[in-house]
Amino acid sequence: MMDEALRILTFQSGFNSAVVVAGTAALGLAGGTVGTFLLLRRRALVSDALSHATLPGIAVAFLAGAALGLPERSLPLLLAGAVVSGVAGLLTVQLLSRFTRLTEDSAIGAVLSVFFGLGVVLLSVIQNLELGGQAGLKTFILGQTAAMAQGEAIAIGLLAAGAALAVALLFKELRVLAFDPGFAAVQGWPVGALDLVLMGLATFVTVIGLQTVGLILVVALLIIPPAAARFWTDRLPALTVAAAVIGALSGWLGATLSALFPKLPAGAVIVLVAGGFFLVSFLFAPARGLVAAALRQGRLRLSFAERRALTDRLAGRPVEGAMALWLRLRGYARNGALTPAGRGAALAAERDRRLWERFLADYPALLPAHANWGVDPIDSVLPGDMVRLLEERSTPS
Amino acid sequence: MMPDVQEFLQIDAPALLAAVLACAACALVGNFLVLRRQGMMGDAVSHAILPGIVGGFLVAGTRETLPMMLGALAAAALAGLLIEAVRRLGRLESGAAMGVVFTVMFAAGVVMIEQASAGGVDLDADCVLYGQLETILWLAPTGWDSLRDPAVWAALPREVLTLAAVFALCAALVGLFYKELKITTFDPALASTLGIPAGLFHYGVVLLVAATAIAAFEAVGSILVIAMLIAPPAAARLLTDRLAVQILLSVALGVLAALAGYGAAAFGPMLLGASHSLNAAGMIAVASGLILALAVLFGPRHGLLGRRRAIGRLRRDPEAVA
Amino acid sequence: MQYLWRTPGSRTAPEEASPIGPPPLEIRGLTVAYHRRPVLWNVDYAAPPGGLIAVVGPNGAGKSTLIKACLGLVPRVSGAVEVFGRPIAKQRRLIGYVPQRESVDWDFPVSALDVVAMGRYGKIGWFRPVTRAHKEAALHALERVGMADFAKRQIGQLSGGQQQRVFLARALAQEAQLYFMDEPFAGVDAATERAVLQVLRDLDAAGRTVICVHHDLQTVSDYFDHALLLNTRVVAQGPVGRVMTPDLLSRTYGGRPMPAPAAVEAS
Repeated sequence: MMDEALRILTFQSGFNSAVVVAGTAALGLAGGTVGTFLLLRRRALVSDALSHATLPGIAVAFLAGAALGLPERSLPLLLAGAVVSGVAGLLTVQLLSRFTRLTEDSAIGAVLSVFFGLGVVLLSVIQNLELGGQAGLKTFILGQTAAMAQGEAIAIGLLAAGAALAVALLFKELRVLAFDPGFAAVQGWPVGALDLVLMGLATFVTVIGLQTVGLILVVALLIIPPAAARFWTDRLPALTVAAAVIGALSGWLGATLSALFPKLPAGAVIVLVAGGFFLVSFLFAPARGLVAAALRQGRLRLSFAERRALTDRLAGRPVEGAMALWLRLRGYARNGALTPAGRGAALAAERDRRLWERFLADYPALLPAHANWGVDPIDSVLPGDMVRLLEERSTPS
Repeated sequence: MMPDVQEFLQIDAPALLAAVLACAACALVGNFLVLRRQGMMGDAVSHAILPGIVGGFLVAGTRETLPMMLGALAAAALAGLLIEAVRRLGRLESGAAMGVVFTVMFAAGVVMIEQASAGGVDLDADCVLYGQLETILWLAPTGWDSLRDPAVWAALPREVLTLAAVFALCAALVGLFYKELKITTFDPALASTLGIPAGLFHYGVVLLVAATAIAAFEAVGSILVIAMLIAPPAAARLLTDRLAVQILLSVALGVLAALAGYGAAAFGPMLLGASHSLNAAGMIAVASGLILALAVLFGPRHGLLGRRRAIGRLRRDPEAVA
Repeated sequence: MQYLWRTPGSRTAPEEASPIGPPPLEIRGLTVAYHRRPVLWNVDYAAPPGGLIAVVGPNGAGKSTLIKACLGLVPRVSGAVEVFGRPIAKQRRLIGYVPQRESVDWDFPVSALDVVAMGRYGKIGWFRPVTRAHKEAALHALERVGMADFAKRQIGQLSGGQQQRVFLARALAQEAQLYFMDEPFAGVDAATERAVLQVLRDLDAAGRTVICVHHDLQTVSDYFDHALLLNTRVVAQGPVGRVMTPDLLSRTYGGRPMPAPAAVEAS
C-alpha cells in the first residue's frame, strides 16, 4: 500500500493516473490563485451561484448534441453550455443585487437554487427521452476523476495552468482591484473590465473543475485554499503563492487518495484534504491562527490585569481573588505585601504607564503605527532619547 | 386527460401536501434569513446537514426519520458554530466562512455515503440532491368518500406528518418570539442592551432553518430547499413594506409555487401529450424562481417596472410621490 | 417576565438611591484593543449625576468604542463599567441607547411606530405582545420629536433627519435613567437638530443623564453641561467651561505643537 501511494504521489504508477493526478493538482493551483482575489473582493460565494447555474446549460447542451445527432457526449459542447448558463446565473445575481432591494446573499441563494432546479427538470426530461450517454451527465454534479480520459486530464491541466498564469500576468492590476476598487477607478484603471476578467477566470476554473470535483463542490477549490492561506500571511504575493500551493497540494493528495482507496470520490476527497489544510492553518498558523491569537489576547489581558494589580498594591489598595493568587505565584507578593521583585515590577509598570501617558498627551501624532504602544514596555517601542525626554517632562518639577 | 380520483388521492395528493407544507415552512423561516442578510446560511445549512443525515442513518441502521433528523440537527448546529467561529476568530468574511464550512461538511457526507454504499447500505446521493417527492404515497384513500374516514387520515404518510409538525413548530415559534425576532433582526445591538440575547436568536434561526430544511429535504432534496427558503420571502420582500404582511405573503407565495410547480411537473407533460412526468421538486424551484422574477419586474413600489413608472411620475409632478 | 438573561435579582432604582449615591456611570481602567493595538487606553471616568455630557475627540479616538464598551457590545481587555453602582448587566432597564444611524438596515419592513415600540420591549418581556398602552407610549415618544404624522411610514421612506428622530423617540420610549447616544447630531437638518436638542433638554430637566458622542466643537458649549475629551485616553473631563479650552482641545486633537526628537520621526 505504501509503495503504491508513493508511486502515485511521485507520478510513477502508469501514465494515466500520473496525468490525472497532475491535472488535478494544476486545477487546485488555479483555484487557489484565482480564489485569492475572489476572497479579497468578497466574491467567494458568487462563484457558488455560478457553479450551480451551470447545470441547465449542461443539460441543454446535451439535448442540443442529441438533436444534432452527435453519438457520444461531447465534452467541449457540454462545457460551452455550462459557461453560457453559468454566466447567465452570474449576471442574474448582479442584476438582482444591483437593481432591486434584495441583498447579494438572497440573490445568490435564489439564483443557485432556481437554476439548479431548472437543471434538475431538464435532466428528468433527458431521462425520459432515453438518450444514450446520459449517465455521464450525473458526474458533473458530484465529480469523478475516474471518468476522466487522459486527453481530458491533460487539457484540464494545461487550461488550469493557463488560468494561474493569467493571474500572475495581471497580478498588479488585480491587486489594485482587490485592495481599493474606488481608488483604482479614480486612477483610471478599467475596474469594470478587471472585475469581468476576474469573474471570467472564476468561470473558467469552475467549468474545467466541473468534471473532477462536481458543480456542488467546485466552489471549494476557489474558497478554501485562499481562506487557509489567509492565516499565514498579510502580504498579497505571499498569500497568492500560499493559496496556490495549498490548492495544488489538495488536488494532488486528494486525487492520489482517491486513486488509492476504493469508494473515495475524488471531488469530495480533494475538498476534505483542503479542509484539513484549512483546519491546521486556522488553528496553528502563527500569524493569524486561533491558538496564536488566543495566546496573544490572553497575555494582553493578563499583563493589563497584572499591571493594574501591581500598581494597586503599590498604592496600598487591596488586591483580591485570582489576581492576588497570581501575584503570589509570580513571586511578586507574599503575606499580602509586595516582594522586592514585585515592587520592582510595580514601579516599572507605574513608570510605563506614566511615560505612555506623557507620550500620548504630548505627541499623539507620533504614535508608532505598528508597535503595540501602551501595551509593551515603552523602552522596547520608543527610541531612548524620546524616553529620556518623556522622563524629564513627566517628573514633577 | 385527468387522472382518476383514486390515483390522484394516492399519488398526487400526498406529494402535493408534502410540497405545500415544505414550501410554507421554508418560506416562513426564510424571511428571517433574507432580512438578516443570511440568505446563504440556507445554502450552507442545507449542504452541511448531509454528514449528519448519513451519520444518523448509519448509527440507527434504518431509514427512520428520527435518527436522521437528530443527526442532521447536530450537524446543522455544528455548522452554525463553526461558521461563527471561523468568521469571528478567523476574521474571514461570512461568505468565505460559510463556503469553507459547508463544502467540507458536504464532502464528508459524500464520502460517508460512498463508504456506506460499499457496505451494501441503500442510501444514494441522488435522493439527497433531488429528494423523493414522487415516492410519497398515501395508500389509504380509495375515493373522495373515503376521506370521511378518520382511519384514512391517520394513515397519512410519515413525510407529510413530519412536515406538518415542522410547519406547526415554525409557526408557533415565530408567533411566540415575533417581537424578539423582529428586534434582533433589525437592531441586534439595541436588543443586546435590552437584555435580549441576540446571539442566541442568531443560532435559533439557524437551527430552525435546519429543522425545516431537514424535513423538507426528504421531499425535495438539499439544493431545492434553498429555493423555497429564499425565493418566496425575497419576492414578498419586493411586494410589501410591512413585516407581518411580508411573512404571510411569503407563505402564500410558497404554497402557490408548490401547487404550480407540482401541477406543471405532474400534469404539464400529459397536457402536451407526453407520457412521463418531470421532476416535481425541480419544477417547484423553477416556479418559485418565476414568482420572484415576476415580483422583480412588476412589484408595485420596488419592482423594476413599477420603479420606472414612479420615477416618471416624480419627474412630472415632484409633489405627488410621497 | 422581563428580559433578565444572566442575572435575575432585585435592583435599586436610582430614585431610591441617596442623592450622593453611586454615579450614573463609572468607568475604571477601561482598555479596549483591536488585535493588540489599543483603541481605548486606561480610561477612568465618573459621570456626574444628571446633565448632558459630550464625548469629544478626533476621528478614531475611540468615542463610539467607548459607548459600545460601556454597553458590553465590544469585548474589553481590562477594566470595569458600573451603572448606578452595579454592573451593566443588572441595570439594563436603566439604560437607553441611540446607535449611529448607519448601524441598521433602513430598508427593513417596519414602520416608524414599530421601531419606537422596540424601545419598550425591555419592559414588555418574553412572550407578551406589544399592547395598546405600549403603542400609545411609543406614539407619545414620536410626538415629542415631532414625528407623530409619520408613525405609519416605512422607515426607509423617511429622510435622514427623520430617521434620527425616530431613533431618538425609541430611546425616549425606553424611559431610561442613563442614555448613550452615538452622534445624534450627525448629518441632520436644522429642524432635526432643534428637535434633538429639545429632547436632550427635556431629559436633562427630568434629571436624566445623557452621554453623547458629539463631533461639532462649535456647539459643545451651547448644548452640553459637561465634556469628556477623549483621544484613546481621557485628555480632560469636567464642566464645558473648564475643559473646552484651546489648550485642552489642541491636546485632544493633535498634541501640543512642539519639536519632536528626530529619532522618533525616523522610527
